[in-house]
Amino acid sequence: MTGTQAPEPMAARAEEVWKVYGKAEAQVVALRGVSATFGRGRFTAIMGPSGSGKSTLMHCLAGLDTVTRGTVHIGGTEVTGLNDKAMTKLRRDRVGFIFQQFNLLPTLTAAENIRLPLDIAGRKPDPQWWDTVIETVGLQDRLKHRPAQLSGGQQQRVACARALISRPDVIFADEPTGNLDSKSGAEVLSFLRDSVREHGQTIVMVTHDPVAASYTDRVIFLADGAIVHELANPTPETVLEAMKSGEVLV
Amino acid sequence: MLRATLKSLLGRKLRLVLSGLAVVLGVMFVAGAFVVTDTLGRSFDQLFATAFEGTDVGVSAKPKIEVSEMEGEQVASTLPAAAVQQVRNVQGVKSATGVVNSDGARVIGSDGKVLAGTGPPRLGENWVGTDDLLQLREGRGPTADDEIAVNALIAKQGKLKIGDKVGVLTLEPKKMFTLVGIWGYAGDKDSIGGSQEVAFTEPVAQKLMIGRTGEFNMINVKAADGVTPEQLRDRIAATIGAGYDVKTGDQLAEDNAAGLKEFLGFFNKILLGFASVALFVGIFLILNTFSIIIAQRTKELAMMRALGASRRQVIGSVLLEAVVIGLVAALLGLGAGVGVGAALGQFFASLNDGFEMATVGVPLSAVVSSLLVGVLVTVVAALLPALRASRISPVAAMQDVATPDRPLTKVSVAGAVVGATGGTLLAIGLYGSGGLWLILGGVLVCFIGIALLTPLISRPVVALLGRLFSWSVPGRLGRLNSGRNPRRTAITAAALMVGIALVTGVTVVMDSAKKSLAAQAEDTIRAQVIIGGDQNGPRPPTFDPAVIDKTAQIAGVRGAAGIWQDQAKINGELTYVTATKDLAVLGDAFGGLQLSPLKDDQMAVSTQQLTEKGWKVGDTVSVQLSHGDERRYTITESYDEDAMVGGYQVPFAAAKDFGIPQPVFGFVRLTDGTTVDQVLPAIKALVADSPEVSATDRTTFIQDQLADLDTIITMVQVLLALAILIAVLGVVNTLALSVLERTRELGLLRAVGLSRGQTMRMVTVEAVVISVFGALLGVAVGSGLGAAVVRALKDDGIDQLVLPWGGMGTYLVLAALVGVLAAVLPSIKAARLNVLAAIAHD
Ligand SMILES: Nc1ncnc2c1ncn2[C@@H]1O[C@H](COP(=O)(O)OP(=O)(O)OP(=O)(O)O)[C@@H](O)[C@H]1O
Ligand SMILES: [Mg+2]
Repeated sequence: MTGTQAPEPMAARAEEVWKVYGKAEAQVVALRGVSATFGRGRFTAIMGPSGSGKSTLMHCLAGLDTVTRGTVHIGGTEVTGLNDKAMTKLRRDRVGFIFQQFNLLPTLTAAENIRLPLDIAGRKPDPQWWDTVIETVGLQDRLKHRPAQLSGGQQQRVACARALISRPDVIFADEPTGNLDSKSGAEVLSFLRDSVREHGQTIVMVTHDPVAASYTDRVIFLADGAIVHELANPTPETVLEAMKSGEVLV
Repeated sequence: MLRATLKSLLGRKLRLVLSGLAVVLGVMFVAGAFVVTDTLGRSFDQLFATAFEGTDVGVSAKPKIEVSEMEGEQVASTLPAAAVQQVRNVQGVKSATGVVNSDGARVIGSDGKVLAGTGPPRLGENWVGTDDLLQLREGRGPTADDEIAVNALIAKQGKLKIGDKVGVLTLEPKKMFTLVGIWGYAGDKDSIGGSQEVAFTEPVAQKLMIGRTGEFNMINVKAADGVTPEQLRDRIAATIGAGYDVKTGDQLAEDNAAGLKEFLGFFNKILLGFASVALFVGIFLILNTFSIIIAQRTKELAMMRALGASRRQVIGSVLLEAVVIGLVAALLGLGAGVGVGAALGQFFASLNDGFEMATVGVPLSAVVSSLLVGVLVTVVAALLPALRASRISPVAAMQDVATPDRPLTKVSVAGAVVGATGGTLLAIGLYGSGGLWLILGGVLVCFIGIALLTPLISRPVVALLGRLFSWSVPGRLGRLNSGRNPRRTAITAAALMVGIALVTGVTVVMDSAKKSLAAQAEDTIRAQVIIGGDQNGPRPPTFDPAVIDKTAQIAGVRGAAGIWQDQAKINGELTYVTATKDLAVLGDAFGGLQLSPLKDDQMAVSTQQLTEKGWKVGDTVSVQLSHGDERRYTITESYDEDAMVGGYQVPFAAAKDFGIPQPVFGFVRLTDGTTVDQVLPAIKALVADSPEVSATDRTTFIQDQLADLDTIITMVQVLLALAILIAVLGVVNTLALSVLERTRELGLLRAVGLSRGQTMRMVTVEAVVISVFGALLGVAVGSGLGAAVVRALKDDGIDQLVLPWGGMGTYLVLAALVGVLAAVLPSIKAARLNVLAAIAHD
């Protein structure tokens, strides 16, 4: 249960976060006092066995779900205790999402999907940043297409672009490559890594895949709702090793 | 399969409730119609059973002209006093009383106004004393010619008490009487079924109500002990001869009730007609619901197919679901219908003071038709979706099916074909000899055709409508959503179209008729002042002929012509005839025709009638009036009906044999240079004694005469409100289902920052776009249908087409409001979605 004290300014922080689902007999403790800090411009992976609380932690960090106990900060703002309106605004302006699937609105074109958070907020995209994002995701000639006309990998790249376009404090990605083949997955992952390296974006990503984890700067291992291990500058081998060690596999 | 079906049924409560509600409402209308008809029918039975309780046998003269309840008012026939004596002498007669009881005795209340009377008759009678039924409450019967007694209902309505001076309008102008008695009926009733009854002395009753002394309307016969009414009836009939109707009290009660029931039957048909519209709209709603449900259940159904369910089983499971929904909804509708029927009955009773409603019953017809209609409608609506369900391939279970956009070619072609068929039927109905059923059928088929074409139309129109909202993100998303599933949007909008199209169509026809007729009347009628009343009872109010003569004397009046009108049989056919004192004056005052005076055996017939009947000037026809014998008249002249009142002019001498030998209208032509304002007060003063009659200028008169058309529009609007309500439910349903279907999308939108308010706006825009689209369609289709009907009525004098822009604008605005209302619940639901749960939803 150790949050790394990162030297760089933090983008998101969880302090002693508990999450309990249900009541009495049916009670499930999904998070038991998790504390973690995600530094600005860092790419962090959250790993752990199924049911260990990865998604729950991410949802709590992103303001999609409330915590039972503890506090969560995004940038300088305490998320816990915000009402729906403020939470919505926070998500809109300061958080980006990439889900495993179903990331795009089928009625909108790729470009419109990317612009959606800005449109909702009534803001115009910065043209230079727009061009940069579109170029990095390599979707120049697909902008007018609708999601149904795009491959799964392309769809995830559109989702990445959408998460990036509003330059959020932090992007949360829950198994963004879970549904992709290794080649498309690699494209998306290197794109995410590049945006961290080149543009100082902060990304927190949940994954099961040691290779995916190796794109990040740091891996946090969860087991049974608690952080059990950490790994800096991971490679597929070190991750796999950590996973094999009894400490991680609860 | 059965278990799975029932389980999936219960699992989708919301959808069931909404689609079931359409059936419930439709069936409620059907059941309500039957229940109210049945209840009122039995009320009439009871009423007349009471009225004829004291009558063993009734004898009346055969009416000269039989007029059914639907065609107009039967003029009470009369019989001579000698007949009473003759009956009295028949063996087994205990008593035989000559009775005067004619409709048309209008009592003026203490406030100087004629007591209202719309339904039940206002009888003027001779006082024949009390009996088991009729019981004096205060005072006594009239013994002097200036005395009357009234029933308790009149006393209450008119706030009259013994000793009051009371004015009564009869065949003769207002006469004053002293009220000497007030009576009620056995069982402490104030009236029998709301009838107002005034009793005079016998000679006065005969003079005022029949117009001839020594005559009666009926002989009320009581049988001596040991003689049955039937025996007595046969004996009297044998004695008195063929000119009389002799009936037992039971028969009379039955006959009288039957007349009113004919009306009820007609009323029932109208209600059922509107119920059909509501159910027709309901079919759209159910069809839509089932289609959506099946689209959503694609995976589940495919899985069943993969597990070995046959196509037939899939169809069966969907239809079974329909039957269950239909049955449950029909039962609920039946229950609600009983309530509605009772409420309608109460409403009718409240309109008629003193009307006693029978206990509300549920006739078998209501049960059978409710269940039949409910199940049938639901199953018919579910048929197409069921077939579509059966075509789902088992592979679909494995695929992520984003329901592919099926091309609209097939459905559009079908729509064009069906629409053209409907148009043809309509044209034949309108221009050929098709008649009402063909027209209605044509309209119905047209609606189906247009509904099939609606998906195609929806694309450009919805895109265009949506532009209005595209300035905001929620608006744009809403617009995109409404254009997303053209079929679903189309069916929802088409359901709304039906009601609005019918209302618009009727309004177009009525407004056109009004404008055309008003214009014609303005063109034709040269009289600047018209004397006449509002016909709010079964008979038009008439007035003292002296009014006409006195009007003619007023300075500035060039001529005043009164017209007398009655139903008559000409060569055996029922029609209206007109008489006036001087045809030349009427010709001048009315349409500027110059007609020669008629001798006593001559008549003038319009060219239009001559052509229709195939007669020519010089022919002789036989005419039977309400009173007197059949007479032969020679047609001596023809004229243009458009420039004259009525198609048949009989000589003035015949007017004394009319049902009411008094004028109904007076047409007053002024001398050049005289203004209406100069003479109107003087004429008004002349009719001051006839509260139901007024003198008005021409324009007001014409507007008053056409006011009925507005009533029809209002009535149609009220009756179609249910169909429109069901269509609104359809909008709610579609939205609710769409919200459900797009749960994940909504979750995504909320996750990336769409606020609750924005979410609600998005759903609302979708609803408004769909509703306004439906209203636009309705207004357009309604105008088209209305214009077609107007065009077909050109030869009948409706030569102007009026499009009710104001009304259409109102419908569009209302539709937008309806959209907003329909979106309330679904949008709240959408806004309340838990973001996480929504994303996880599948
Ligand atoms: N809405 C909920 N209600 C009750 N329990 C829940 C709910 N959501 C998650 N849980 C429980 O919380 C625990 C953590 O779930 P979580 O989804 O965070 O796991 P995960 O690490 O993301 O697993 P996976 O790798 O399978 O996605 C699990 O035991 C799960 O059953
Ligand atoms: Mg998870």
